[in-house]
Amino acid sequence: MIRFILLQNRQGKTRLAKYYVPLEESEKHKVEYEVHRLVVNRDSKFTNFVEFRTHKVIYRRYAGLFFSLCVDITDNELAYLECIHLFVEILDHFFSNVCELDLVFNFHKVYLILDEFILAGELQETSKRAIIERMSELEKLQQ
Amino acid sequence: MVKDLCKTTGSMSSSTSLMDNLFQRSLEDLIKGFRLQLLGESAFISRALDEIRREIKVTDPSTKSTALHKLTYLAALHGVDMSWAAFHAVEVVSSSRFQQKRIGYQAITQSFNDQTSVLLLITNQVRKDLNSANKYEKSVGVVLRVFEKYPDAVNVCFKRLVENLQSSDPQILSAVVGLFCELAAKDPTSCLPLAPEFYKILLDSRNNWVLIKVLKIFAKLASIEPRLGKKVAEPICEHMRRSVAKSLVFECIRTVVSSLSDHEAAVKLAVAKIREFLVEDDPNLKYLGLHALSIVSSKHLWAVLENKEAVVKALSDEDPNVKLEALHLLMSMVNEDNVSEMSRILMNYALKSDPVFCNEIISSVLSSCSRDVYEIIVDFDWYLSLLGEMARIPHCQRGEEIEHQMVDIGVRVRDARPQLVRVSCALLIDPALLGNLFLHPILAAAAWVSGEYIEFSKNPYETVEALLQPRTDLLPPSIRAIYIHSAFKLLVFCLKSYLSAEEPTSSSLSQESSFGSSPMNAFTHESILNLVNVMELGLGPLFGTYDVEVQERVKNVLGFIGMIKQEIAEKVNPQDNETEAYRVTAFMDDVFSEELGPVSATAQDKVCVPDGLELKENLRDLEEICGESDSVSYTDKISFSVSKLRIRDEQEASSSSSHPPEGAAAASLLEHRKRHGMYYLTSQKDERNSNGTPSDYPLANELANELSLDSFNPKRKPSKARPVVVKLDEGDESRIAPKAEKNPETVNGDESLSRAIQTALLAKNKGKELEEEESSRIENHESSEKTKRKKKKKKKKNEERSSKDKSRRQGEVASVSEQVIIPDFLL
Repeated sequence: MIRFILLQNRQGKTRLAKYYVPLEESEKHKVEYEVHRLVVNRDSKFTNFVEFRTHKVIYRRYAGLFFSLCVDITDNELAYLECIHLFVEILDHFFSNVCELDLVFNFHKVYLILDEFILAGELQETSKRAIIERMSELEKLQQ
Repeated sequence: MVKDLCKTTGSMSSSTSLMDNLFQRSLEDLIKGFRLQLLGESAFISRALDEIRREIKVTDPSTKSTALHKLTYLAALHGVDMSWAAFHAVEVVSSSRFQQKRIGYQAITQSFNDQTSVLLLITNQVRKDLNSANKYEKSVGVVLRVFEKYPDAVNVCFKRLVENLQSSDPQILSAVVGLFCELAAKDPTSCLPLAPEFYKILLDSRNNWVLIKVLKIFAKLASIEPRLGKKVAEPICEHMRRSVAKSLVFECIRTVVSSLSDHEAAVKLAVAKIREFLVEDDPNLKYLGLHALSIVSSKHLWAVLENKEAVVKALSDEDPNVKLEALHLLMSMVNEDNVSEMSRILMNYALKSDPVFCNEIISSVLSSCSRDVYEIIVDFDWYLSLLGEMARIPHCQRGEEIEHQMVDIGVRVRDARPQLVRVSCALLIDPALLGNLFLHPILAAAAWVSGEYIEFSKNPYETVEALLQPRTDLLPPSIRAIYIHSAFKLLVFCLKSYLSAEEPTSSSLSQESSFGSSPMNAFTHESILNLVNVMELGLGPLFGTYDVEVQERVKNVLGFIGMIKQEIAEKVNPQDNETEAYRVTAFMDDVFSEELGPVSATAQDKVCVPDGLELKENLRDLEEICGESDSVSYTDKISFSVSKLRIRDEQEASSSSSHPPEGAAAASLLEHRKRHGMYYLTSQKDERNSNGTPSDYPLANELANELSLDSFNPKRKPSKARPVVVKLDEGDESRIAPKAEKNPETVNGDESLSRAIQTALLAKNKGKELEEEESSRIENHESSEKTKRKKKKKKKKNEERSSKDKSRRQGEVASVSEQVIIPDFLL
């Protein structure tokens, strides 16, 4: 299962943090700091998987943002890499050429999208089309 | 328009104006306001928090939900604690407007944890939502979390879940499969009955994610049910062959090699696929290939050997992950025949690599060579020279492990001692090594070895000079003490040989050492005198040194020299056995000549505690006495008495004990310790390094040495035979820390969860009968819901007793039925 999802920029600011395991506030800060340090120093030619405490972090860099997923040791890394890419594609579609500022101002929508396709640390919905449809329904409801 | 107004007021003023109070700030304003703040972030946050606190108590649901929304933002991204809002979150969730419900759920997922007291309220809400048509799937995930806390909830929802396995809606399916994956990870036996459904999914599904999940479930199930493996192997191979998605292929490979490793055909196919991964350029795939290979290697070494070149190539890859995996794989390939060649290659790599990887290589070589008491080492001379080489690698930081092995080999392998002494001597003589902090443990071992196995040394004078060279003051006092003590042993040995060497059949010549051929055979009077003088000169300045241990050793040596010096200088007839010099020397030689063997790790337990000795007593009273020494650290140059050190150990160890201090007993204990401090064993077991005098601990040798000599290895090539390695029957120190014990809470949790699942499954198996029973009961409307439930359970119990089910499940179900009390509000 996914333990947490972090979106951080190069300076270390967290743009999105979703935890699927209970952690104290101070622990969360510590985790965010450590993951950032771990991920920002890696060369682009290195693998996208790093060991982190007793789990793994699977990350990918898109422009100025690092998308990091912390999963159990036994999980399939390639699948989660795909999962990150799917998430980015959806965001891109939803916000039309998404940029970091979109994520900042519409963080609740980002959380909604995230909840649509990952639930309690497990992948729930993998069809991009279905998620986009869902989101547009929700947007209509909100009006 | 209101919104615009809000925006402007929000970002304009920083004081609470009338406008602010009239219109609630929306989330957007909050974010904008936050970004505009350059410096006063925390002040802004606290002001916003106050606002939110006010707003959230309002009864109007939309205000409340917006407030909650803002709070969620602050909590998620700025680390503000929102647990105080838990109840409000529950209120918001119960609203009927979906949007608000959404916000509520979001807040809940953000902030709830085990301690949240309103969790029970949520369970009810979730259940209601579970039954609602269109938002069903959302709750499936939440249900998973609830399951882990409340196994009773499993009873309630399980049936619906199992139905959903057959559902065609991919969303629901993937959610449920994910749920089962987690359940299977915790307790595979309970999910076993559902295997046929999973099998169908495996065959039919086109969705890669679901397939991966199902594969994971099968991996867990196949490990407990081997027949399942046979059935599942074929479809998995099909997927491996046909699928384009690398992730699915990898998962198949992983499943095959971890759980289906007995099925030859499957394994062969998996290995072929691994090979494809290994030759890819993408570092991700290379890494995964190596990883899979390492899982395979435990049972199918041929796979690793086939891919040897790829693995060696990966050793020089840039990515440290890849390098590490390659290293571990190579170490798994090592055996008796190729160990020297492998080590040679690896040492070359170590010299070329960065410090971190270099040390990794050294550690892995050390650990695989020393596994099972040096099982794969046949030529100990070569191995000891390898250890010496490792000490000279610039980045080496594994001094302690090397030290441990050197001493260990010296103690266990008698035939390797000459080489050991040779290597140690070389290390001691080199002045450059004294400056390297990481090598100090190795030097300590080298010094001890030279002192202990002096009879194999070629040139004791050289060794003594090396031990007393001026650069040794770079060493920490504890190691210096070892050096001085070894020099003492050397001195005694030389004197003994000199004093008894006059006779033609002297005992020293009959020893099996290479001593006879050395030119120093003749311990001439001049050389002995010279030796004594050198020692006196070298140790004299240390007479008043700060460190007590060093001071003690120095005084021992100088005292001894004082005793014999006069008679040696006068060139007393060596044959005279009555001279004091002779007697003293003989006595010391006796002391040092007892051979030290390996001590079992369980030796301490075998020592019975003498009567009247209170070990677990609370020593708080000592704090007043020892209070001022608390500020002194262990490594301080200003040393304190050794017995005080031991008292402090006990104090720290027993400060958490629950025994109340008994004044008189504590005081007498203190007295006892002060007087006999030396005889109290410390917690460390490897005292043999720093404490060469065996007379302090007579019991250890007698009780602990259960020697079992290693048998002669018949597979040996005709060249030099493998020397005898002393092993202990039990208690050979294992350097791997014991696995932490499983948290008793989680164990109980798992058990109750599995019992609950079993109950539910059993109920499901009863199937139609019970359903009819249930529906009829509902129609009848018993007095209260609670008794209804209890009666249902009793009915189940009765049914099961009369059926042919296994007694184990019966027993458990019966007990569970008695225990489960479903609270009112869940019904």
